[in-house]
Order: sequence, then structure tokens, then C-alpha cells
Amino acid sequence: MKVFQNFDVLKQSLIKVLQVTVVKKQRPVNLQLNTISFPPSAIASILHRISGVGMFVAMVFIIWAWATALNSSEGFDLVREVMGGIIGKIITIGTISLLIYHVIVGIRHVIMDMGHWEELKAGNTSAIVSFILWAVSTLVVGVVLW
Amino acid sequence: MVTNQAGLKRNGVQDFVTLRATAFIMTAFSLYMAWFFISTPTVTFEIWQGLFASTGMKVFTAAALVSIMFHVQIGLWQVLTDYIKPVRLRAVMQYVLNIIAFAYMAYGLFVLWGV
Ligand code: HEM
Ligand code: HEM
Repeated sequence: MKVFQNFDVLKQSLIKVLQVTVVKKQRPVNLQLNTISFPPSAIASILHRISGVGMFVAMVFIIWAWATALNSSEGFDLVREVMGGIIGKIITIGTISLLIYHVIVGIRHVIMDMGHWEELKAGNTSAIVSFILWAVSTLVVGVVLW
Repeated sequence: MVTNQAGLKRNGVQDFVTLRATAFIMTAFSLYMAWFFISTPTVTFEIWQGLFASTGMKVFTAAALVSIMFHVQIGLWQVLTDYIKPVRLRAVMQYVLNIIAFAYMAYGLFVLWGV
């Protein structure tokens, strides 16, 4: 029994030493971004976050355009005119593009919640397929609206 | 005990379900709007107003507006919790963003009722 007690004490002090030296003092910090690789699934994930926040910002334009066009005939003409300008077109196409991306990757996210495409290869493949779908639909919307 | 993050208490399971339920409503609304623009040769003021004049579309739009508010409150909470570490700052930012989200919804409903 004494042996085991001693073993326990040894274990505890080893853990302490490890915590102090490894965890607290020498924890490696890797901030060299070029040594970290970002697989497609990681890029899909961060862009989903960016598109979500981006749409929240774009909400001010969407609500403004929707409400102004609905409130009066003059407002409708103003929004049409604004949406026909170059800045208006960029904002409109950009907002629609964000929405398309967020929805495609959002649906991918929900599919993964249900237990599909969770392996490394399937996750990266579905991410790449999402990028392609997004690029094609953004191109179509861009060409139609420009 | 689990520390309550910045006093902004949330229920993970409930958030998970709400985020996806609201996502479904917003997707349906987006697809319907896309269909409207694709199937309408020229959108005029009368057609645009007529679209939102029916009770069905009012309910659909109101559901989408409310969905956006809840979706964004949960979504931005996730983002803030990841990046903003000082608890008080995060609480203030969440509070401000929640008010903006609410204002969008309230203004939207206000306009919708006026059609
Ligand atoms: C969330 C807001 C909006 C979205 C996502 C959206 C999306 C679209 C899309 C995808 C098209 C292309 C459809 C097509 O040309 O066949 C389009 C066209 C158009 N949109 Fe919007 N739109 C939005 C708001 C508005 C508003 C508020 C107005 C009103 C002033 C408007 C006026 C138009 C017009 C006049 C066209 C051209 C339609 C045509 O020539 O066929 N849009 N929109
Ligand atoms: C106005 C429209 C929308 C805005 C502003 C918005 C915003 C956001 C934000 C900020 C997040 C948090 C992102 C993160 O934690 O990384 C999020 C998450 C999410 N959104 Fe949206 N969203 C919108 C519409 C939609 C739609 C139409 C869908 C439909 C598929 C959707 C699906 C999702 C899903 C599944 C998540 C969860 C992602 C996760 O848990 O990491 N969203 N959204």
C-alpha cells in the first residue's frame, strides 16, 4: 500500500511539474500563419461566419430599399434609380452573393449536423462543391443584374 | 458550476433549434422572393405593393422579419463569444446589436402594416 501511496504522490508532483513547465510556461504559440494550412472545410466555415456578419451589416440597405420602395411610388423610383447606379449594383449583387453563400453552406452545415459528410474527404469535397455552386450562381445573378 | 457568460444566459439546445428553424423560414422567403423577381417581367410599384398587400404575404414577411431577429441574435452571440473576451464589453456589444436587430424587425413590421 505504501508503494501505491508513494506512487500517487509521485504522480501528483509530476503533473504539477508538467503543468508549470509545459502548460504554463512553455506552451507553444504558433502565430506564423504561413505554417498553418487551411483546408477547404475550414475556409467554408470562416466564410460562412463572415457572410453572416456581412448580411447583418447589409440589412440596413435591404430594409431601406424594401421599405422605401414599398412606402411610395416616388420611393420606388428612387430605389430603382439607386439600384441602377454602379454603387447600387455592387451593393445589390454583393448582398445577394452573401445570401447565396450563407444559404448553401448553411444547408451543408445542417446536413453535417445530421451526420453526413463528416469524414475529412467528404467534408472537403462538399466544401469545394459549395464554392462552385456559389461562384456559378453569383456569376449568373451578377450578369443578369449588371 | 458553469460560469454564466457575461450574464447573457443562453440555452444551447434551444439556440440550436431556433437557429435552424429560423434558417428554414428565411430560406423559404428568399426562394419565394427570387421566384417573384424571376417570374415578373417588369417590377412596377403597383406589382411590388400588391405583392405585400395580401394577408398571406404579410404573415410570411412578418415571419421572415421575426426569424431574422432571432437568427441574428443567436448568430452574433456565437461570434461575439468567440472573439470578444472582456465580459463587460461583450455584454454591451451584444446589447447594442440586439437592439439594432429588434429595430430592424419593428421597423419592418411597421412598414408592412402600412401597405
Ligand atoms: C432583398 C431584396 C432584393 C433582392 C434579393 C432582389 C433580387 C433580385 C433579383 C435576383 C433580380 C433578378 C431577376 C430578374 O431579372 O429576372 C432582381 C431584379 C429586379 N429587382 Fe430586385 N431584389 C431585391 C429588392 C428589390 C427592390 C426593393 C426593388 C424595387 C425597387 C427591386 C427591383 C428590381 C427590379 C426592377 C428588377 C429587374 C426586374 C426585371 O427587369 O425583370 N428589387 N432583383
Ligand atoms: C438575414 C439573413 C441572415 C443573417 C444576417 C445571418 C447571420 C448569421 C450569423 C451571424 C451566424 C453565426 C455565424 C457563426 O457563428 O459562425 C449564422 C449562423 C447560421 N446561419 Fe445564418 N444568417 C442569415 C440567414 C440564414 C439563412 C437563410 C440560412 C439558411 C440556410 C442560415 C443558416 C445558418 C446556419 C445553419 C447557421 C449556424 C452555423 C453554425 O452553427 O456555425 N442563415 N447566421
